[in-house]
Amino acid sequence: MINVSVVINKKLCSVEVEGRTLLSRLLREQMKLTGTHIGCDTSQCGACVVHVDGIAVKSCTMLAVEADGSKIVTIEGMANLDGSLGAIQKAFQDHHGLQCGYCTPGMVMSAASLLKENPKPTQKEIREYLEGNLCRFTGCHNIVKAIFSASGQEVAALIAEP
Amino acid sequence: MYNFNFIRPKTIPDAVKALATEDAVVMSGGQTLIPTLKQRLASPSLIVSLNAISAMRGIFLNKEGLVCIRGATTHSNVAKNTSYPGLSNMAAHIGDPAVRNRGTIGGSLANNDPAACYPSAVLASGASIITNLRQIEAHEYFQGMFETMLGEGEIITEVKFPIPMKANYQKFVQPASRFALVGVFVAKYSDGVRVAITGASESGVFRWTDAENALNKDFSSAAVSQLSLDPDGMIGDLHGSPKYRAHLVGVMTGRAVSQSLASNT
Repeated sequence: MINVSVVINKKLCSVEVEGRTLLSRLLREQMKLTGTHIGCDTSQCGACVVHVDGIAVKSCTMLAVEADGSKIVTIEGMANLDGSLGAIQKAFQDHHGLQCGYCTPGMVMSAASLLKENPKPTQKEIREYLEGNLCRFTGCHNIVKAIFSASGQEVAALIAEP
Repeated sequence: MYNFNFIRPKTIPDAVKALATEDAVVMSGGQTLIPTLKQRLASPSLIVSLNAISAMRGIFLNKEGLVCIRGATTHSNVAKNTSYPGLSNMAAHIGDPAVRNRGTIGGSLANNDPAACYPSAVLASGASIITNLRQIEAHEYFQGMFETMLGEGEIITEVKFPIPMKANYQKFVQPASRFALVGVFVAKYSDGVRVAITGASESGVFRWTDAENALNKDFSSAAVSQLSLDPDGMIGDLHGSPKYRAHLVGVMTGRAVSQSLASNT
């Protein structure tokens, strides 16, 4: 077993993992942070996206030992300090950006890193950035709307955009 | 996944030393190796990670004007670099954003997947691959599907690219995997044009010399519009027949030439 020290959602954690333990498994099974979902487990679907040192990664395709010494943010770290929904989460709720919700944690984490890199993305840029996040329900349109709205842009303008 | 031991050395010599362990493998971004391990297609005794070696990361221009990219530099970081726009644009379309944040240039080249993007850029640019032991030129490096000149335990530490006058990469994406069904990198240098094709051939990345000859006479998409490539030896699978891939090579080459002229890179 290998000792790994990580800061997860601002909390310092020291855990024992195997070499083969995936970051997604560490989060879900050892830290009980089950908001990070495992959809495909083949780095296609993006339900497992988390931030490692501020960068979006697919936690099913990163070894937990590689995260040693890093700061991790998961969907559980996206709410406001008082426990209310963060701006992106709220926008997903307001625009009905989910149906079954399985892909949502990854969508929100990817959206957060998009908005960090590009605070006012176009619809096309949002769709391109979400290439690695699959939703099998909403056809992504409401997700795009939610992210557009979370960026402070008027959603009515988006409907006009082809 | 079978279990394995794991280390993250801080220097290249330490990594090389660790790789001398029996059944040790080197891991950079892990975006191919981890899926391979999950399928139990590999069962290393030890994984040697390159991710804690600061000398393995970064991009700089050297005195000769070559763009030097350290082996464990991610696709995202190459995409953000402005010194060779055609290369950055190619890197910006590998996989998806989260994959680009982990996947690295050295990992892609060491793996030499027949549908990976990087091999075409390296071959078309006449780049040099620097390892812990030697320098290998692009035209010698690629030895067929998943085969390279790299020896056991040899690590790609850097890749050096001469900057072309014009360049562009066009990829016809296989939508499920986001790998290239066919990818064409066209690069025009003062001493001539190189056209490198990925995704299409059963022997991995290759140069399409007929197109190069035509483009050396007339660098326009019209110059390649009448050319055809022999489907013999092209990959045939459920995503496309050899004939289809051969046809796509022509189409994507034309587009790459047009784009390189339009984008002025």
